[in-house]
Amino acid sequence: MLYVVIVYLWAAILLYLLLGGADFGAGIIEFFTSRNNRGRTRKTMYQAIGPVWEAIHMWLIITIVILFVGFPKIYATLSVYLHIPLTAMLLGIIARGTAFVFRNYDAVKDDMQKVYNRIFIYSSVITPFFLGIIAASTVSRNVDVMAQDFLHAYIFSWLNWFSVTVGFFTVCICGFLAAGYIIGETDSTEDRQFFARKAKWMIVSAVLCGVLVFLASFKENVPLAEWVFGKAPGIFAIAAASLSLPFLWYGLTHGKAIIVRLLGGFEICMILFAVTYRHFPNIVLLKGGGHLSLIEHQGQEKVIISLAWALLIGSIFILPALGYLMYSFEKKKPREA
Amino acid sequence: MDDFIAARSQMALSLGFHIIFACIGMVMPFFMAVAHYIWLKTGNEVYRDITKAWSKGVAIFFATGAVSGTVLSFELGLLWPKFMEHAGPIFGMPFSLEGTAFFIEAIALGFFLYGWNRFNRWFHWFTGVVVGVSGLVSGILVVAANAWMNSPAGFDYVNGQYLNIDPIKAMFNVAWFSQALHMSIAAFASTGFAVAGIHALMILRKSHVTFHKRAFRISAVFATVAALLQPLSGDISAKDVAKRQPAKLAAMEAHFKTEENAALILGGIPDEKEKKVNYAIEIPGALSFLAHGNFHAEVTGLDRIPEENHPPVAITHYAFQVMVGLGTVMMLISVLYYITIWKKKSWLEKRWLLKLFAIATPMGFIAVEAGWTVTEVGRQPWIIYGVMRTVHAVTPMPGILYSFYIFTAVYISLSCIVAFLLYRQISMVGKLYDHSAEPINAI
Repeated sequence: MLYVVIVYLWAAILLYLLLGGADFGAGIIEFFTSRNNRGRTRKTMYQAIGPVWEAIHMWLIITIVILFVGFPKIYATLSVYLHIPLTAMLLGIIARGTAFVFRNYDAVKDDMQKVYNRIFIYSSVITPFFLGIIAASTVSRNVDVMAQDFLHAYIFSWLNWFSVTVGFFTVCICGFLAAGYIIGETDSTEDRQFFARKAKWMIVSAVLCGVLVFLASFKENVPLAEWVFGKAPGIFAIAAASLSLPFLWYGLTHGKAIIVRLLGGFEICMILFAVTYRHFPNIVLLKGGGHLSLIEHQGQEKVIISLAWALLIGSIFILPALGYLMYSFEKKKPREA
Repeated sequence: MDDFIAARSQMALSLGFHIIFACIGMVMPFFMAVAHYIWLKTGNEVYRDITKAWSKGVAIFFATGAVSGTVLSFELGLLWPKFMEHAGPIFGMPFSLEGTAFFIEAIALGFFLYGWNRFNRWFHWFTGVVVGVSGLVSGILVVAANAWMNSPAGFDYVNGQYLNIDPIKAMFNVAWFSQALHMSIAAFASTGFAVAGIHALMILRKSHVTFHKRAFRISAVFATVAALLQPLSGDISAKDVAKRQPAKLAAMEAHFKTEENAALILGGIPDEKEKKVNYAIEIPGALSFLAHGNFHAEVTGLDRIPEENHPPVAITHYAFQVMVGLGTVMMLISVLYYITIWKKKSWLEKRWLLKLFAIATPMGFIAVEAGWTVTEVGRQPWIIYGVMRTVHAVTPMPGILYSFYIFTAVYISLSCIVAFLLYRQISMVGKLYDHSAEPINAI
C-alpha cells in the first residue's frame, strides 16, 4: 500500500507541475508580452483555463495532505527549515488566486483591472520561482537540522546559487507549458504563431537556465551531473528528451497542438525522472549526509493503508468528473440561449 | 508580543478569515440551487438573475476561501511543526477525505459557473447542488479534525509516543458530531442573515425591489430555520463540553468555584485574580441544568483544575457571552419572522421588520467568530487536549512576529477588496439584470 501512496504523491506533484505550471505560465507569458498584446493573451488564456483552474490547484493540496498524513516527519522538517520560501510561495498563491478572481468578477471594469493585472502577473512569476527554490532545496544538502544559528538554519537552507537557478528554470518551464498548451486553444493562425514564438523563446530560456543550473550545481557541490548522467536510465531519459526537442520545435512551427502538448508533457516527465530517480526513496537530502526517506520515514502501517484507500476511493469520484470537465470545455461550444 | 503569541495570533487570524469565506462558500450554493430550481420550474426570469448574481458572490468567496484554505494547510506545519509531526497521521483521515470533497466542489463549480447554456438545464442545476453538498461535507470533515484536538481519540499515548494509530476512530471522536452540527447550522444562520440583511437593506432603499424581495425571501427562510435550530445544537454542545472539557466550560461561564446548584452567569467582568465575576446577573441553578440536565448537579469549577491547565478565562467568557447573546437575538428575529408569515402578513410591508434584518447582517458572522474563539481559546493551554501543550508545538524559528505582521496586512487588504467587490456587485444589480437594456453576457 505504501507504493500506492507514493505513486499518488508522485502523480500529484507531476500533475501540479504540468497543469499548475501551465496556469502560472499564463501570467508569465503575460509578463513577457508587450503591452499591446496583453489583452489578447489574457483573453485566450482565460477562456481555456477559467473553468478548470480551481481544480488544477487542488493537486497542491493533495500533495501536502499526502505528505503530512503519510510522511509527517518530512512535512514537519521542510516546514521548519524552508519556512521562508514556503511563506513567500504562499503569499504568491494568495495574491495570484485572488487577483485572478477579482479581475473576472469585478462588476465594474475600470482602472482597478490594471491593479489586479499587475498583481496577477508578478505573483505568477514569483510563485513558481519559489516553488523551484523549494524543490531544489530538498536535494541540495543545505537543509541543516543541526544548525545553531538563524542564517544557517533558515536562510542558507534555501538561498544558494543552485536553488535560485532552479527557480528560474521552473519559471521558464511554466511559461513554455502555458504557451504550448494555449496553441490548441486558439482558432486564429496569427495567435497561434504568436504563442508558438513565445513557446520557442521559453524553450531557449529553459535550456539556458538548465545550463546555469548545472554550473551552479558544480559550484554548490550538488552531484547533479552524476545523478543525471551516472547511470543508463538517466542518460536514456535525457537523450529521449533532447531527441524529442526537434519534433517539439516542428510542432510549434506548424501549429500542431497535439504534438506540442504530448511532447511538452513528455519532456517534463523525463527531466523530472532523470533528476530524481537516483536518490529515490530519499526525497529530502540533508546537510552532512542524512536524508529523509519515503520508506524509512513513512507513517504507521494502518495510517498508510487508510490513506491509500482514501486516495483510491477519492479517485473514483474525482477523475471521471475532472476528465468530463476538461472534455466539456474543450469540445462543447455554448449553445445559443 | 513574543513569537509564541505571534504564531497563535497568525493562526487565529488565518482561521478567522477563512471561516467566513468557507461558510459562505458552502452555504450560498444551497440558496443558489433554490433560486435556480424556481427559475427552471416557473421560468420567472427574476430567479435566473438572482441565481446568476449569487453565483458571482459564490465565485468570489469560494476562490478566496480556497486560497486561504491552501494557506492553512501549509500554516499548520509552518507554525506548529511538532503538532503536525504527531497529529498529522492521526487526524489526517478527515483531511484526506476533505481533499476529495473539496476537489469535487471545485470541479462542480467549474461546471456550474461556466456551464450556462452549455449543458442540459437539470444537469447544470445538479452541478450547483453538488457544489453545496460537497462544500458542506468538506466543512464537516474539517470540523471533525478540529474536534479531534478537543477530544483526542484513535491512538495510545505511551511515554511520549503515539502508538496504535487508528485514523477512523480518530475521525469519529466523541466531539465530532456535536461540533459539526453546531458549525453547519452556524454557517447557514450566519450566511443567511448576512445575505438576507443585504437584500433587506436594498429593499429599504427601494432599489430593484422585486429582485431583492425574492432574494430576501429565500435567504431569510434558510437563516431563520437555522437560527431556531441553533439553540438546540448549542445545548447538545454545552452538555458535551461539560462532560469532556470541564475547564473549557468553566472558562466559558467564568465558573471559578465547584458547586451544586450552580448559577448561570450573564455578562459580568471576570476577575481572574480574585476568582470572581463582578456586575453579573446570576440565575441560580441554571448552569447545573444546562450542563447536566439537573438543577442540583455539581458543576466543576476552575478550582478543581490545576492552575497551569487553566484557559484564559476573560476572553473565553466574553466570547461565549457574545455568541449566546447574538444567537438569542437572531432566534427572536426568526420567531418574529414566522409570526409575520403565519399570522401577521401585513408586517411584511413594514419597514421595521426589514430594518431588523438589516441590522442583523453581521450578527451571524460575529457569533461564528466568537464561537470559534470559545472553542479554540477554551482548549488552551493544550493543542491536543490533555496530550500536547500548544507551547510545545510551535516552530523553533524565531521572527514569527514579522510573518504575523505580513499576514495581517495581507488579510486586511483582502477583506477590504472583497468588501469593495461585493459592494460593486450589489450596486450593479440594476445594470446587469435590467431586461429593458441590452442583454449582458453574464459569465
